[in-house]
Amino acid sequence: MVRPLGFLVGLGFITALVLAILTTPLANEHNATHEFHKHPEKLKLASDGLVPHWDKAQLQRGMQVYKEVCSACHSLHLVAFRDIGELGYTEGQVKAFAKGFQVPSINPDTGEPATRDGLSSDYFPSPYANETAARAANNNALPPDLSLITKAREGGKDYVYSLLTGFQNPPANLPAELKPGTGLHYNPYFANLNLAMAPPLTKGQVTFADGSPNDVKSMAADVTAFLVWTAEPKLVKRVQVGYAAFLFLLIFSVLTYLSYRNIWADKKH
Amino acid sequence: MSFPWAKNYEPQQPLMKWLDEKLPLPRLVYNAIGAGYPVPRNLNYFWNFGVLAGAALAIQIITGIVLAMHYAANATVAFNSVEHIMRDVNAGWFIRYAHMNGASMFFIVVYLHIFRGLYYGSYKAPREMVWLLGVVIFLLMMATAFMGYVLPWGQMSFWGAQVITGFFSAIPIVGEPVREWLLGGFVPDNATLNRFFSLHYLLPFVILGVVILHIWALHIPGSNNPTGIEVKDEQDTVPFHPYYTAKDGFGLGIFLLIFVALTFFSPNALGHADNYIPANSLSTPAHIVPEWYFLPFYAILKAFTFNFLWIDAKLWGVIAMFGSIALLFFLPWLDSSPVKSSTYRPLYRIFFWILVVDVFLLGWCGMQPAEQPWVILSQLGAIYYFAHFLVILPIVSRIERPLPMPNSITEAVLAKHADTSSAATA
Repeated sequence: MVRPLGFLVGLGFITALVLAILTTPLANEHNATHEFHKHPEKLKLASDGLVPHWDKAQLQRGMQVYKEVCSACHSLHLVAFRDIGELGYTEGQVKAFAKGFQVPSINPDTGEPATRDGLSSDYFPSPYANETAARAANNNALPPDLSLITKAREGGKDYVYSLLTGFQNPPANLPAELKPGTGLHYNPYFANLNLAMAPPLTKGQVTFADGSPNDVKSMAADVTAFLVWTAEPKLVKRVQVGYAAFLFLLIFSVLTYLSYRNIWADKKH
Repeated sequence: MSFPWAKNYEPQQPLMKWLDEKLPLPRLVYNAIGAGYPVPRNLNYFWNFGVLAGAALAIQIITGIVLAMHYAANATVAFNSVEHIMRDVNAGWFIRYAHMNGASMFFIVVYLHIFRGLYYGSYKAPREMVWLLGVVIFLLMMATAFMGYVLPWGQMSFWGAQVITGFFSAIPIVGEPVREWLLGGFVPDNATLNRFFSLHYLLPFVILGVVILHIWALHIPGSNNPTGIEVKDEQDTVPFHPYYTAKDGFGLGIFLLIFVALTFFSPNALGHADNYIPANSLSTPAHIVPEWYFLPFYAILKAFTFNFLWIDAKLWGVIAMFGSIALLFFLPWLDSSPVKSSTYRPLYRIFFWILVVDVFLLGWCGMQPAEQPWVILSQLGAIYYFAHFLVILPIVSRIERPLPMPNSITEAVLAKHADTSSAATA
């Protein structure tokens, strides 16, 4: 009973699929965006590879770029001031850094909305009061929060770096419908080629205390390195613990293998 | 239960004697996974995956309980509570990544376990009930994994929930009300998240219950083996402990090595970047793709693009996707060949390997956008999938002439050793 019924059901599915094949066109619709879209360029950072570590000087420079450039439009709401101690700042420096920000608060006497100096326990404040304000200030585009950006995009850090350095004039052969409209900027690394964000970095925009190069590529690499840290502050620790766990389990596996061989020694199998 | 020569539990210690009289729990364990369970002596490494699936379930339950202590199932804070676990909870990043990749490891070992069952005919009489319970576990796992993926409330969580609950709206007339009832609203929202969290916490314990039935049902006929020949006498078997506890211990070490490598060195390799963007009902991701372990079934769903008879393409896809798993329930009766192991089934073996390639092909197509050649490849892949189980297998099991088989497990083992020793001398 099962076999004849199964045969009929199978025939039904197969017929539906054969008809689906016959009615589906084999050619894809032409998609011009694909021709101009570029894959991200590789960015090498100290936090990559088999022995990752944090390049604290670079992370500090990256944070400076975020603070002086990106933070005008982009929030970083998952990162607290206390966290930046991990970038090599002393407790006093963290406190002073936090104090440089005004965070929303209430007036303790009247209960009216007010602001106060930031504390180490506060999070990076958002540049806009809410989404409506952010869109109103940005030609109806919403600048995304950057805390997780290097994990939240295909291509990760390479994509973020390529996007920051990839602004250029549209190629001459770009079809009219793909040309950037008002308030949009051509960037071949962006999915639909036209990005609401204007080129954020210009040569010499940020001056680093350690005199590091401040061309667009260097600043983009620095801020990307910082955003890799904000997205996964436990990255280096994770890999270190991983080696310890791996080594432990390697020894465990060798010992269990030897005891397995020993127990089975007299048994053909 | 079990074989007449199975060792009997004889406690020596007064405390264990006392316990055995009042509540024979040690006896139960002894007979289930101890020296009291005789197992064929010729099991290969594919027989490790049952124990490993149990280990994966245990890891998921333990890490999951800890995560639930820190997670908040509310649509406004769920995403940030996961990041709180990643950043502020002590070793929270480890627990969360272990749970995330533990789900993948669970599916890897269960797929290998199913592969073993299919290749060596473990689904056949007298083990049909073991197989049926296994398919129930697989379905429960899929439901649990899907609901777990919704909990971080990222973009793929939200849109995955939207797509998967959308399957129900393909049912004529009652579909849309059923979908709204499941979601607790018109789109996935707080009500959905809360019930999914509740069920995601419940179902693993249901799985545990069915796993106990699965093992119970297994212990009545005893384990299958690579020859597919049933155990005849004592020399065909060894006690589970210490022989297979030792082998499973080594298997567990290898399993944990891979698990650790994934969790610590590449924890997001099997995930989607989009799930690190908070859920947004107004912004649809460019490609909505399920987790890797659902991809072959997702490809079958998408392969149906034609309204055939009075059923529209979407409903065909949904029926076929559920049908592709449901047909596994009938497998013991679709395959009428009395020979279990593919080692002695020259014709079945060929089609079986085509099926394996086909499932990988479907998985690959499931990842791709709805463009050619992926559409036609998934259509061809789906045709073979259904043809294999519903047409080819019943015919093959009738016309196939099996290869000569040894008389017993011991004979097969000794013949293998004679071969290797003569090869060594030659």
